[in-house]
Amino acid sequence: MSEGARYRLVLILLALATFILFLLSLTVGPAAIGFGDSLSALFSDKRDAIALIMREIRLPRAILGLMIGVTLGLSGAVLQGWLRNPLAEPGLLGVSASASLGAVIAIYSGFSAMFALGLPLAALAGAVLAVFVVQAMAGLRGGALTIILSGVAVSAFAGAMTSLALNLSPNPFAALEIMFWMLGSLTDRSMTHVWLAAPFMLAGWAMLASLGRSLDALTLGGDAAVSMGVDIRRVQFLAVFGTAASVGAATAVAGAVGFVGLVVPHVLRPLVGARPSRLLPASALGGASMLLAADILVRIIAPGRDLKLGVLTAIVGAPFFLWLVYRTRRQLP
Amino acid sequence: MSLLSVSGLRVSLGGKPVLHGVSLDIAAGEFVGLIGPNGAGKSTLLRAALGLVRGEGRIAIDGSETLSIRQRARRVAYLPQERDIAWPVSVEMLISLGRAPHGTAFSRLGAEDIEAIDRAMTRMEISAFRDRPATELSGGEKARALIARALAQGAPLLLADEPTAGLDPSHQIASMQVFADVASEGRAVVASMHDLGLAARWCSRLVLLDRGVVVADGAPRAVLTAERLRTIYGVEAYLGEAMGGMVIQPMNVVTAGAAAQEDKAQEENGE
Repeated sequence: MSEGARYRLVLILLALATFILFLLSLTVGPAAIGFGDSLSALFSDKRDAIALIMREIRLPRAILGLMIGVTLGLSGAVLQGWLRNPLAEPGLLGVSASASLGAVIAIYSGFSAMFALGLPLAALAGAVLAVFVVQAMAGLRGGALTIILSGVAVSAFAGAMTSLALNLSPNPFAALEIMFWMLGSLTDRSMTHVWLAAPFMLAGWAMLASLGRSLDALTLGGDAAVSMGVDIRRVQFLAVFGTAASVGAATAVAGAVGFVGLVVPHVLRPLVGARPSRLLPASALGGASMLLAADILVRIIAPGRDLKLGVLTAIVGAPFFLWLVYRTRRQLP
Repeated sequence: MSLLSVSGLRVSLGGKPVLHGVSLDIAAGEFVGLIGPNGAGKSTLLRAALGLVRGEGRIAIDGSETLSIRQRARRVAYLPQERDIAWPVSVEMLISLGRAPHGTAFSRLGAEDIEAIDRAMTRMEISAFRDRPATELSGGEKARALIARALAQGAPLLLADEPTAGLDPSHQIASMQVFADVASEGRAVVASMHDLGLAARWCSRLVLLDRGVVVADGAPRAVLTAERLRTIYGVEAYLGEAMGGMVIQPMNVVTAGAAAQEDKAQEENGE
């Protein structure tokens, strides 16, 4: 089979898996509703309990799972291609940590209790602040390394401020709420969350998806890429702001969900012939599949215990990543 | 018209001046060997010509000083010294990257692109491993694949930074032959190199760079004299003729004392 044919097959299978998992996500939950009943309720005009559960609880959860999965897979693939480093992941720019900090401040100050979108808006503000600090540090002349180092510093600072908030928390319930929020979850999200996050994510995806060709050229290094007509500044801008917009919005509505953006591009890279531009759509679909699957699993494994999504992705993701490293260690430099 | 025209180029890297007013004209049909000791500024000159490092002075490509990055990519191909390939892409895909400046963002490879890719692979004798991951090639095979990538770009001018380093003798000669062929097709090649024997035999013109200035520019026989090899490279070399071309083999390092003695001897002879 030629490389092109295999690539198309991989995309079709991933799209199919994503579609099936999306349907499963709609039909799995504590309210035991049959598969057919739940789907027909989604499209019916009835205003009964089933239709309400489907539209107000499961649909936003499934949509957010899909969008956040796409965001993490796509931005992970872009960052690995841009930095030419298989260890890059969406949290690298400090966006996730800062968005978390914004959310924590909202919980701590009571801002989140004042209105429904208080928390995600504060988280988005945190993400925006982080990306401007990172981009300002790198400036016009700074390169990828400046951005990574600034991202590390911003992450560390945001982490420290989050710890400070926990440290000084006036009551244990606020501390508990902060801890639980940071674990990452899609439980009890509404369509309002979808509408808040969607514009940022779509804008971010558009920026990231436009980078395929440039990332291909970067396979040969920065100088060679420039000599082939790649505008490195533009690539940097789109990679940084695309990641910030989409990952910032994802963290704002769901908290930090780790390992998806790191593991998914790794798993799929050999299947698409390692070509960065082909990895982008594959990784976006793969991320969506993985996140939807994880979100279904948390509902099946511990239905009454509210197992957090971020906990599951890390528990499954970390050993899996270790196995991947073990398997490919000989090819690593 | 010259494909590349550099005049009065000054470049500093990290506050240290590297090039002190270099001027150079490259015309179609030339195969120019850029030679000089380590640190003479060969790579910096190539990088500055491409706009990869900033400098003062005039750099005109195809007569224009204001080309966009994409326009420049269609006129100049560049083979960097570093041979780092980030991902295990297939050799064929690696070479197809060279066609990037020609298509639009979403266009697929056309018949012209595929022909250019096949031709480049045949020229560099790498068609046999077109499906292998480029990261698993040996150093020499990787070097040839990267030369093929630059050739596939199909630009009128090719700037190559030490293209023959790490190749076996047969592939060194084959690569020089390819560059000479490319030049004879009406394009031009500028290659920095350390193997003076190869440079002397294959290049139509040599540019000798030392400490950021062009000290000699012309036909290989005119540039490579025993005197220059002694003062600039610090080596005693055997210069001869064999099989219809120039032969040059560095033999000994000139020690500081010996050089001084020789200067003295020359002075005495002069008197």
